[in-house]
Amino acid sequence: MVVKGVDRDLALRLDAIRREHGETVHVDQVAEVVRAILDTMKGDLNAGDIKLYREIESLADYIHAAKAEIAALRPGDIKNEFIATATDELDAIVGATEAATNQIMDAAERIEGLAPMMDSEVAQRLTEVTTQIFEACTFQDITGQRITKVVKMLKEIEGRVESLVRALGSEMEGPGEKAAKALVTDEDLLNGPQLPASAADQAEIDRLLASFD
Amino acid sequence: MAVDKNMNVLIVDDYKTMLRIIRNLLKQLGFNNVDEATDGSMALQMLRVGNYGLIISDWNMEPMTGLQLLREVRADPKLKAIPFIMVTAESKSENVIAAKEAGVSNYIVKPFNAETLKTKMVTVIGDFA
Repeated sequence: MVVKGVDRDLALRLDAIRREHGETVHVDQVAEVVRAILDTMKGDLNAGDIKLYREIESLADYIHAAKAEIAALRPGDIKNEFIATATDELDAIVGATEAATNQIMDAAERIEGLAPMMDSEVAQRLTEVTTQIFEACTFQDITGQRITKVVKMLKEIEGRVESLVRALGSEMEGPGEKAAKALVTDEDLLNGPQLPASAADQAEIDRLLASFD
Repeated sequence: MAVDKNMNVLIVDDYKTMLRIIRNLLKQLGFNNVDEATDGSMALQMLRVGNYGLIISDWNMEPMTGLQLLREVRADPKLKAIPFIMVTAESKSENVIAAKEAGVSNYIVKPFNAETLKTKMVTVIGDFA
């Protein structure tokens, strides 16, 4: 075997050096031994192979570093918490603006219904005003379409993050930073409006307050 | 020839609110016989059994888009003469060109106002003021 051959050459040279110089060896002689050892490796690894090996090794180091950095970003949290929350919030905006638009239109239609009870000039002006209200309500369609577009993009990002998590392994799915936090700060309490499904209504708030009495 | 304001108008949009807005605007223009569909395929079924004088349709709907509806209408000998106004947020010139090539009568970009709707309707079906 090559390794045994190298060991034998090394042992012979070291014995010869010891016989000639005792336990103190000059640096040049160490270099000569190393060169001799490298010479014995000819045919097994050439300079090109070593360069390639080093490149692969540095690539592996780079991948390990990138993986660690990605893990620090917690892609599992991005997929499971942030994107999911963002899409839910956007869906809630669409629902809320649609409901508000319908309420505005209900009111405008009721106002329009009063027109026949008024003289023609006032009725005409009333109709003009309600027309402007109907025109303004078209914003809901446009904002709805824009938000739907954003939700589609977020879903696309979510899919790609999911692929990344799958490719990089289960360590990417660590517990969220929030879950690890023991203390609740004032900032943690600022959650903004809640989604309809999780929002407490006034009656629930009143019951909760009453429970302190 | 005078425009018959009693004609049946079919409005097509997947946003119920938009259907309601167009219906109200049409009512203010004197058109009270208005039917609604929420996509192209539903509209096509209604067109094949009804008698409509005007179609006002959105573009971006599922499963059948407004452009597909337009093509179906223009390919049907019984329906092809019905004026078709596209009312859509799609405002790229390629969209307008595609609609024109498919035989659209006129094109309104959302958001729009009552005056624009009226102007385009007059262009398509004649003056009804």
